[in-house]
Amino acid sequence: MRLLLDLAFTHLAGRARQSFVAILGVGLGVGFSVAMAALMQGSQDDLIANLVDSMPHVRITDETREPPRQPAEAAFGATAFSGLRPRDDDRGIRNPAAVRAALDAWVPGDMAVSLRTQGVVRYSGRDVGAAILGIEPEAEARVSSVAQDFVQGSFSALSAGGNSIVIGDRMAERLGAAMGTTVSVVSSTGLVRRLKIVGLFHTGSTARDEGEAYVLLKNAQILSERPNVINEIRIKLKDPEAARAVAARAEAQTGYKSVSWEEANESLLEAIVIRNAIMYTVVAAILLVAGFGIFNIVSTITHEKARDIAILKSLGFREADMRRLFLMEGIAIGAVGSVAGWALGFGLCLVLAQITFELRGMGSEMSRLPLAWSPWHYAIASGFALLSAGIAGYLPARKAARLNPVDIIRGAS
Amino acid sequence: MSALIEAEHLTRILPAVVPVTLVKDISVTVGAREFVAITGPSGSGKSSLLYLLGLLDRPTSGSLRIAGEDVSALTEDARAALRLSTLGFVFQFHFLLPEFTVRENVEIPMRRLGRLSRRQMRARAGELLESLGLVGHVDKRPDQLSGGQRQRVAVARALANDPPIVLADEPTGSLDSKSSEQVFQILDQLVHAHGKTVLAVTHDIGLADRMDRRLHLVDGRLESDERRVMLSGA
Repeated sequence: MRLLLDLAFTHLAGRARQSFVAILGVGLGVGFSVAMAALMQGSQDDLIANLVDSMPHVRITDETREPPRQPAEAAFGATAFSGLRPRDDDRGIRNPAAVRAALDAWVPGDMAVSLRTQGVVRYSGRDVGAAILGIEPEAEARVSSVAQDFVQGSFSALSAGGNSIVIGDRMAERLGAAMGTTVSVVSSTGLVRRLKIVGLFHTGSTARDEGEAYVLLKNAQILSERPNVINEIRIKLKDPEAARAVAARAEAQTGYKSVSWEEANESLLEAIVIRNAIMYTVVAAILLVAGFGIFNIVSTITHEKARDIAILKSLGFREADMRRLFLMEGIAIGAVGSVAGWALGFGLCLVLAQITFELRGMGSEMSRLPLAWSPWHYAIASGFALLSAGIAGYLPARKAARLNPVDIIRGAS
Repeated sequence: MSALIEAEHLTRILPAVVPVTLVKDISVTVGAREFVAITGPSGSGKSSLLYLLGLLDRPTSGSLRIAGEDVSALTEDARAALRLSTLGFVFQFHFLLPEFTVRENVEIPMRRLGRLSRRQMRARAGELLESLGLVGHVDKRPDQLSGGQRQRVAVARALANDPPIVLADEPTGSLDSKSSEQVFQILDQLVHAHGKTVLAVTHDIGLADRMDRRLHLVDGRLESDERRVMLSGA
């Protein structure tokens, strides 16, 4: 109602300085909440983007969710066997060409097959254990993020010569090897092959830079004595969000364990949820504190204007009118503070976006703070602010509305 | 003549460790166009009676009808609505809202009632203030006026929604004799020219004697209820 608005306005105007401080309190709360949300969201997006880029979106391996049943278990309906000697399985994805063709038919993205095996890279008497990946260079370049991380050489150099290898720069350092050096690769079956280094990569992840070596698929199959076998299919999707669905469908179709990037990083994503919970708790706390400012001023006004309340009630204003009046005053402060906070938050984001810093060890590359802009940040912050303002206004408003005009009028005369 | 106010056995006891009886078993009927003085020594319960009749307070026992409606059972909201449309208050202190102009103060009850358009409210406020001799003061704030002028604004506010009953609590209590006389004349006019019923609490016996009827209270009891002999034509 206009009349109540007019009354609310005169009350706040009569306490301009205090109102200003209360508005400032809400504004600062909303502003910093918005800036914090932008930073949190930005760093989260950045983290996930790095995660999504650096690993295959879906990885199909030659494992199954359930341990394979032994033939004896399948043949007899016994509840349990003891002392059963398991049959040795030929590990690996069977009939890779058919599996690949089946997936190719519908998977929206690129696919690379590989054989992952363990081995040791040896040079000048030094041994470094490594995951040896047998790959098809062209397909690998489309799927793996390592393709962008080459310091020297590339995946395609593998196909040029027959016996070549690509390793991380940290491994090369440990071995004392360099581009063009010929190293020995010893597989778990004991076979040794001499391969020439045709590429060095630096991903920034020590585990990979020190522990991964890429060879041609054919060479890996020879080293592990498993001709025509692959044990890993990695998929890079056009839309990483579809990973879960694609993984589920691929698993249903092939029977092999298919892991989406979300599943592989579940604990990290959980940590992000917790981080968000912490952020919103802090936002709520900041705005709750701002609410105290509102409570303070509305409460002061109701005391100061006790006489006005008595007059208005004697003139025929209802209790609900009085409640609404002071509630409106609280919410008005919350609303004005919110808008001020939006401006402040936007400004803070602009300032934060200007900040650049150098990451050590990354050379001259300049980094900026990751910031994400979303109207939700603004909506949520002012949602909290208005809620807090509403409560802070309602409490004194309820008390003021109950005031008995006779008590005041008697007191005055 | 239909009764505007019918009170039967009104009693108001303030609950406390030692309960205080403010008003004790008062029965009184007031009709239209009456000009009633409520007198009595300090603490005799005259203001308390006025607050009961004005629906600002609820009686501990007894019944009350305003304009034929039994108000004892009404909710707070319904009583507020009745105060807004049927009763006008004038207190010892003007009790105007200091942040609003004279005209805005008079418009407040009309705006709460919401029966007129804003233009009509403005016009009515102007007329009321003009009839009370406040031309030229309509856009001033209450603190720019003298005590008598403020009290006249308070009367204008009480009349804003054209209520049949005006209740005044020591309306001249804080005014000098000249302003007192002016305010008294206005109240008198309300009854005799505009047909309102006015009940005024006063300790000024001189003024009370000039009203049509006098309710005298002692210790919360109605001691006497005298009507002045009309000296018509004298």
